[in-house]
Amino acid sequence: MFGKSAPFLPDIGKTSFFFFPRAGWLTLARVITREPEFLPPPAPPFGAFGRILVSACRGTGRALLLLLGALAALPFAFSKRNRRDVLEQLYTVGFKSLPVVSVVAFFTGMILALQVGLELRRYGQETNIGMLVCIAMLREMGPFMTGLVVAASSGSAIAAQMGTMTVSEEVAALDVMGIPPVRYLVMPRLAALAVMMPLLTVYTNILGILGGALVGSTQLGISTTAYFDNAFRYAENKDLYVGLFKAFLFGLIMVTVSCHQGFSAREGAVGVGRATRQSVIVSFLLILVIGYFVTRLFYQ
Amino acid sequence: MIRFSHVTKRFGDRKVLDDLDFEIAKGETFVVVGPSGAGKSVTIRHMVRLLTPDSGRIYVGDDCITEAHGRTLARALDRFGVLFQSGALLQWLSVLDNVCLPLRQKTRLAEGEILRIAREKLALVGLSDAEDLLPANISGGMRKRAGLARAIATEPEIVLYDEPTSGLDPIGSRQIDRLIDSLRQRLSVTSVVVTHDLYSALGIGSRIALLHQGRFVTCDPPEEFIRSPHPAARSFLRAQGIDSMDDVRKAFEK
Repeated sequence: MFGKSAPFLPDIGKTSFFFFPRAGWLTLARVITREPEFLPPPAPPFGAFGRILVSACRGTGRALLLLLGALAALPFAFSKRNRRDVLEQLYTVGFKSLPVVSVVAFFTGMILALQVGLELRRYGQETNIGMLVCIAMLREMGPFMTGLVVAASSGSAIAAQMGTMTVSEEVAALDVMGIPPVRYLVMPRLAALAVMMPLLTVYTNILGILGGALVGSTQLGISTTAYFDNAFRYAENKDLYVGLFKAFLFGLIMVTVSCHQGFSAREGAVGVGRATRQSVIVSFLLILVIGYFVTRLFYQ
Repeated sequence: MIRFSHVTKRFGDRKVLDDLDFEIAKGETFVVVGPSGAGKSVTIRHMVRLLTPDSGRIYVGDDCITEAHGRTLARALDRFGVLFQSGALLQWLSVLDNVCLPLRQKTRLAEGEILRIAREKLALVGLSDAEDLLPANISGGMRKRAGLARAIATEPEIVLYDEPTSGLDPIGSRQIDRLIDSLRQRLSVTSVVVTHDLYSALGIGSRIALLHQGRFVTCDPPEEFIRSPHPAARSFLRAQGIDSMDDVRKAFEK
C-alpha cells in the first residue's frame, strides 16, 4: 500500500496491515519510533528553508500514518487485550476533564449572554439572546472551547507521557517485544478522545446554555421560559450535528498531534518539554483552522 | 545465529560502525566491550532493527533483518528478548504486570498460566517479593532484573543485554553476571552483552569483542583477550586493573 510507490518513506515497506495486523503495525511502528535523522547542514538561506519544509512534510506524513494505523487498530478496542486500557483512557479523558470543562462551559455561556445581551438591549432585541447563545454554543463555542480545554489538559498529558516513554526507551522496548506502540498506546487514546470529545461537547453546550439563561434572568431581565423558548425555536438539529462532528475531528487531531510529538521527543527532559509545548501549539492552531473550514463546508 | 555483513553506520559526520563483519554462534555469550560512545549499543540496536545500517546487512538465522518487513520482521523479532540499559519498564504497571505484558499482548494463554510463567521468571531473577511494587519504588538493580524477567518471559532464543551492570555496585553487578550465565545454562539462550565492565565481560563471555573506532580490534575468548597485544585492549585492561584471569575469578568469588 505504501510500498515502492512512496520512495520518500523508505522504512514502511510492503504494508499489509489490514490483513496481517500485528506484522503490519510492527512495520508501521518503525516509522514512528525511528532513529533521529541526521540531515547535512543547510546552505543558507534557501537550504535552511528547504530543510524546514522537508521536515514539516515528513512530520505531517508520519503523523497521518500514525492516525491511519491507530484507526486500523480501532476494531481491537474491545478485545480482551486492550479493553482495560481503553476504559482507563475513557475515564481519564472524560471524567477527569469534567471539573475544568464545567467551569469553562458555564462561563463561556455567561460571557456570551452578557456581551451579546448588552448590545442587543440597545436595539430592544435582548429577548433573542436565547437563540444567539444556543446557536453560538452548538455551532462553534461548544466544540471549540471543549477542544481547547482537552488539548491543553489531556493532549499535553498524552504528549508528555509518550515523550517520556520515548526518551526512556519504553516505546523502543514495546517495539522490540513485538507489541506495536500504535495499537497498545495510541489506539486506546484515540478511542477515548473520539468518544469523549462529542460527549463532552454535549455537556459543554448544555452548561453554556444554562449559563446564558442565568445571566439572562439575573442581569438582562429575561425569564428562563422566554430564554429557552427563543433558544429552541431557532436552533436546528444541523447545528448540533456539525458541532459534534467538529468535536470528533478535534479529538482525532489532538491524539495524532500529541502522540506524534511525543514519539518525536529526543534528548531527555528538554525534548519532552519541547514536545509537550509543540503539541499544545499545533493542536490549538489546527483546531482553529480546521474548525473554520468545517464551518465553511457546512454553512455556505 | 546473528551475522553482520559489512555494516556501516554514520551519525552525521561521525562513522560509528565501520564495515563491521562478524558472526555470533548459537548458544554463545558474545560480549561487546569498549569505552562509552564507541557504538556498542548502536551495534545491538541494529540487531532488532531499532536502527538500520547505512550499508551492509544483518542476518538473524536465515532472515535478513535489515530488509525484513511485515511478518518476516515480526518473526525475527519474536526470537529476541532485550534488556535495556534502564530496564525500560512501563512505569504505570507493577513489576508483575510488566512481566506479564508480552505474554498478555502476544500469546493466547489463559490468565492463570500467564501469572504462573511471570512468577516463575520473577523467582528466577530473585524478585518474588517485589511483584506488586511499581518500577518507581524499586532500586536500579531490581529494575534491571525485572527488565530481564520480562525479556525472558516469552522464552526467546536470543537475549540482548545493553549495559546490564552499569550503575550497579560491584556485588549487584556480579549477581547480574551470574544470572546471565545461569540463564544461558538453563535456557540455552544465545546472549549478546554490551558492557564497559571488563570483569563482567571476562567472567561470562565466551568471546569478547573490543569495539574501537567502529571496528572490532579483537574478537577472542577471555584468555586470549587478556593477552591481546592491541594498544586499545591493553589500555582498557590496564584502566580496570586486570592483569590475568585470576583477578576476574577473585572478583567473582567475593
